[in-house]
Amino acid sequence: MTSVIIIVAIALILSILYLIFRIGVLSNVMKGRYQKIVGTSNTVNSFLFIVVFVTGILAFYLSFMSAREHFLPEAASAHGVRTDLLFWVIMAVLTLAFLITHAVLYFFPFMYRFKEGNKAYFYPDNHTIERIWTIVPAIIMAGFVVYGYKEWSAITSPAPQGSEVIEVMGKQFAWQVRYPGADGKLGKYHYRKIDAINEFGIDFNDSASFDDFVPMELHLPKGKNVHLQIRSRDVIHSVFLPHFRVKMDAVPGMPTTFWFTPTISTAEMREITKNPEFNYELACTEVCGRGHYAMRFLVIVDEPADYEKWKASQKTWASLNAEYVATKAPKALQDLYLKEFLPSAGVVDTTIAAPIADTAKVAAVSTHDAHR
Amino acid sequence: MSAVNTSHSSADAHAHDEHDHHDLPWIRQYVFSEDHKYIAKQYLVSGIIWAIIGGLLSVLFRIQLGFPDADLTWLKPLLGEWIQNGKLDPEFYLALVTMHGTIMVFFVLTAGLSGTFSNFLIPLQIGARDMASGFLNMISYWLFFLSSVVMMISLFIKTGPASGGWVIYPPLSALPQAVNGSGLGMTLWLVAMVFFVASTLMGGLNYVTTVINLRTKGMTFTRLPLTIWAFFITAIIGILSFPVLVSAVLLLIFDRGFGTSFFLSEIYIGGEALHHEGGSPVLFQHLFWFLGHPEVYIVVIPALGITSEIVATNSRKPIFGYKAMIFSIVAIAFLSFIVWAHHMFVTGMNPFLGSIFMFLTLIIAVPSAVKGFNYIATLWKGNIIFTPAMLFSIGLVSFFLSGGLTGIVLGNSAADIQLHDTYFVVAHFHIVMGSASFFGMLAGVYHWFPKMFGRMMDEKLGYIHFWLTFIGVYLIFFPMHYIGIAGFPRRYYSWTGFDAFNTFTDLNEFISIAAIIVFAAQFIFIFNFFYSMFRGRVSTLNPWKSNTLEWTTPINPGHGNWPGAIPHVYRWPYDYSKPGAADDFIPQTVPFSATPESNFPHEKDEH
Ligand code: HEM
Ligand SMILES: [Cu+2]
Ligand SMILES: [Cu+2]
Repeated sequence: MTSVIIIVAIALILSILYLIFRIGVLSNVMKGRYQKIVGTSNTVNSFLFIVVFVTGILAFYLSFMSAREHFLPEAASAHGVRTDLLFWVIMAVLTLAFLITHAVLYFFPFMYRFKEGNKAYFYPDNHTIERIWTIVPAIIMAGFVVYGYKEWSAITSPAPQGSEVIEVMGKQFAWQVRYPGADGKLGKYHYRKIDAINEFGIDFNDSASFDDFVPMELHLPKGKNVHLQIRSRDVIHSVFLPHFRVKMDAVPGMPTTFWFTPTISTAEMREITKNPEFNYELACTEVCGRGHYAMRFLVIVDEPADYEKWKASQKTWASLNAEYVATKAPKALQDLYLKEFLPSAGVVDTTIAAPIADTAKVAAVSTHDAHR
Repeated sequence: MSAVNTSHSSADAHAHDEHDHHDLPWIRQYVFSEDHKYIAKQYLVSGIIWAIIGGLLSVLFRIQLGFPDADLTWLKPLLGEWIQNGKLDPEFYLALVTMHGTIMVFFVLTAGLSGTFSNFLIPLQIGARDMASGFLNMISYWLFFLSSVVMMISLFIKTGPASGGWVIYPPLSALPQAVNGSGLGMTLWLVAMVFFVASTLMGGLNYVTTVINLRTKGMTFTRLPLTIWAFFITAIIGILSFPVLVSAVLLLIFDRGFGTSFFLSEIYIGGEALHHEGGSPVLFQHLFWFLGHPEVYIVVIPALGITSEIVATNSRKPIFGYKAMIFSIVAIAFLSFIVWAHHMFVTGMNPFLGSIFMFLTLIIAVPSAVKGFNYIATLWKGNIIFTPAMLFSIGLVSFFLSGGLTGIVLGNSAADIQLHDTYFVVAHFHIVMGSASFFGMLAGVYHWFPKMFGRMMDEKLGYIHFWLTFIGVYLIFFPMHYIGIAGFPRRYYSWTGFDAFNTFTDLNEFISIAAIIVFAAQFIFIFNFFYSMFRGRVSTLNPWKSNTLEWTTPINPGHGNWPGAIPHVYRWPYDYSKPGAADDFIPQTVPFSATPESNFPHEKDEH
């Protein structure tokens, strides 16, 4: 990297010095009426185009090669592999177009610089040429559209049956995730039910809410389809999973979704990147205020078996906050889902459990129940 | 309008045009002037001042990005409480980015560019004594000034200026609870923009009416210089799109102040659930980008017009494909209205709509490519003179091509999923819109400075300015593509919190250094500009041997532009190096009857 910088800097400084050297900058600014002389500067300027082009292309090549190591590693999702290919295919065509047009653009000024006695070639138009360079880009664009459309419609097609549904909610300034639990169904929510404890606004009139759980990390099963249900509760955020090539805005009042298939587990990615510390991450890409740059959430891709094990080990949110839920849920649902987690009637615990209550307390509560 | 001085002969015009102003009170001459040339200069100087401010803001946040660990206590005298413990406040970072974007897009490259050159060149190049309404034109500038004052004040208030990005998406921009800048700062932003749009509309209506009605005899639409075509189309785009921004702004003002719910729904913030239900934040984005995308063409089309003129003049060749150039501008302008949602591929909008917008977006690449090729073909077999204006024009072509190319990959919705809101986008739009338009503006200043001030700018300083800026722009923005491909999100105060974005620290430092150098290099221009205004070499009548009408006015044209009758036009503006002609240029005022040696068979004067 540094070597590239040095090369570029040297090229820059040299060309500047050369120019300054040839300039008696302000000495004759005030002298007399202006008369146009096409002098040596004209040749110098035309020559500099060639210099800039050659050093520029060299710098392009070297800097690209050295920057590459910092690019994101290979896509860890099924569609990501394909959109990466799409990106690089288009970029290859664009780079070619860039090189050709710039070679010409920088070479012509040099070739056709002013020469005493020359006369420019009067050439106002040529319909054949113009038709060609209208049609050729049009054909290339049509190719891109078809290719892009194919990928885009595959990515945005409805999620396949049986996808793992996971809710991701953005707030200032953190992500939270909710899993549907054993019934595979996320409980309803309403923004007016949100408070300091119930950050999701989960609606406990819905029986599907009771087995939902809210972990501190986003676990994804390798090789299975994951269907993210995305929302926000304050301003717009945007779910960005860079390694999975996933991005979707989280909009208050308008839930969005994105489905994809993780293909590389965290453990495998650690091997690929030769970085034992490697972790997938979830970031925010829609400016959302002071902490926009700090909305990091840990993502872990498990082998399917580990994923199931992990899921089974998670305590439901309702069980961890049973006393709170008891104040919200109708009696019938309480009896059905909460009884075992609540202290016996009459004993009123005034301290309300934190969103993620410590297990010790929960354990204590359950033993208490068992004694009854 | 202003039929001033029609009896003077052009020989003594120079001596007499000083008298023109004597019947006007001082304040009408130098402050509330109605002379399009003076208003243009007012716009230009305002634009330069704003550009310095906007550039300074970018240097401040580049320091943060390039040197995240630096102790910034030394900035405390400038930024006061925004520096805490030697660190830039993250909220103020967002405010800097927001104001930088707003200033550059609207105040520099819309008002500063169109305001300067449409005002200056339209009457001069079509052969009119002034704008259709000098009064509206004056009001237009002073509304812009008012808007500038309001926006400027917002930089100094305690809660800071608007900080939700230049696109001010609600709910962030609607709720002071969400970010401090959405308090008074945002109110001032919105008020300033309403004045700004009013100013732009008055300007735009004036440009359009003037071009349609006040062309001199013989100046048909197919004899208009491409500059005028560009300004004309730009004004139309502005007239059609800016009102939509005002409507969005008004609805946002209602949501902020009067409890409506156009853009707000189901929000829990600051420990309370707000009453808003049923609004749509995405609706705002549609309205915003319905202006926002045409806006990028409002910014770039005048620059394309200016440079077409300059490239033809200094290649000593007709612009290649004059009609195709016009057609491309019109096509781009039309298409610019139906591609806005390519900024919104990942907002959750209907995927089918996404494909439609991808299709329409990629169509724009075709007329854009045609323009690029035509520029290059104009250089081919020219006899090129590298004035600073010419250098900046070639620079523009380079940016327009390289930045336009990356737009093609961004316009592809599937590829945009990963690239959206990363530094790849920042790189793309800075090259194609920011730098290209900036170069067009600089080219215009270098080229028409003699007409504006009767003196020449120093060429050598112009060359240094060009090469430093040209190379510097690529050093700043080219590496941003890499950073974007690596996924770095934009509007990030710092990336070190993420493992994925923890790299590229040296490259970011490099970019920041380049940005500081480029910023510093602009002072070469500013010195040259103000110094030459008073001390530059006196210009000749037609220093670039150009064909267009403005060079037939006296060196310092007075009010009314031509001391005598307005010249008639007999030919298109691109008769450079015509076979058979003695000189390598034939001004538009020369009748065919005077050039039998170079006329093509179909070229005869109409009677
Ligand atoms: C010295 C030259 C400039 C430098 C170094 C620079 C740098 C930057 C950077 C790094 C950002 C992204 C900041 C972030 O996302 O955190 C940015 C944003 C932006 N810049 Fe510039 N810029 C320059 C000139 C310009 C010009 C000439 C324009 C005119 C179009 C412009 C328009 C914008 C806009 C519209 C944004 C987006 C603001 C937002 O995110 O709301 N910049 N600039
Ligand atoms: Cu966020
Ligand atoms: Cu756009």
